Amino acid sequence: MEGEHEEHDRPWIVVVWNDPINLMSYVTLVFQKLFGYSLAKATELMLQVHHDGKAVVSSGTREKAEHDVARLHAHGLWATLRQD
Amino acid sequence: MREPPAPIERTDAGDFVVRLSPEERDLLRRLAAELEELLAEEPADPSLRRLRPRAYEDEEVEREFRALMGAELEAGRLENLRGLGATVGEKRLDAEELDRWLAALNDLRLVLGTRLDVTEDLFADGFDSAAPNAYELAVYAFLTWVQEAAVQAAAGNLGAGSVEDD
Repeated sequence: MEGEHEEHDRPWIVVVWNDPINLMSYVTLVFQKLFGYSLAKATELMLQVHHDGKAVVSSGTREKAEHDVARLHAHGLWATLRQD
Repeated sequence: MREPPAPIERTDAGDFVVRLSPEERDLLRRLAAELEELLAEEPADPSLRRLRPRAYEDEEVEREFRALMGAELEAGRLENLRGLGATVGEKRLDAEELDRWLAALNDLRLVLGTRLDVTEDLFADGFDSAAPNAYELAVYAFLTWVQEAAVQAAAGNLGAGSVEDD
């Protein structure tokens, strides 16, 4: 999926969106497991998703962001990616 | 009334004990088998949409993503459902088996929750046993109860050993 000709330097960001089904405790656990975040950091991100409707949970190359989104989807979370 | 013991708990040995009745285990087995069947026979069923959220806003890029990742995600989903079905009778689970339970329970809740069109304050006014969809609501609440215990058990395994990343 390469081949974009503009703005190679801007990182891609992974956004997780709020949904009414995934448990808050489960979302926190998934953030810890997938990204190695501490309980405090994972909880903070989960609360941001819950209260603001979304949170940026990781960023990097398009390849990395796509990989992260696929892993989040595998765990049932609603995640998208876009260039920052 | 005393709280019933958690349906899944981490043991000192590092594995996980499952306390569910034969009826509860049968229910989980049946739900996993039904979802597996639905995925195979009605893959476009609207209740499955939350299992395959979009990665991209752009239609064309989304199609590319789906073409690249879709099959792997579907295969993983089936593996988790079969893993739950295969170990649903066990008294103890190892960490890998519990991971499959977690993912499969979550998929079951996503599909049933979509069908029920649940909101975050679903049970804010208590449980209405006279509601026309009372059975589905009860199954959803049961899945939530088991999954919450599975999450707490798995979180106990992570402990404080996670990497700080700020």
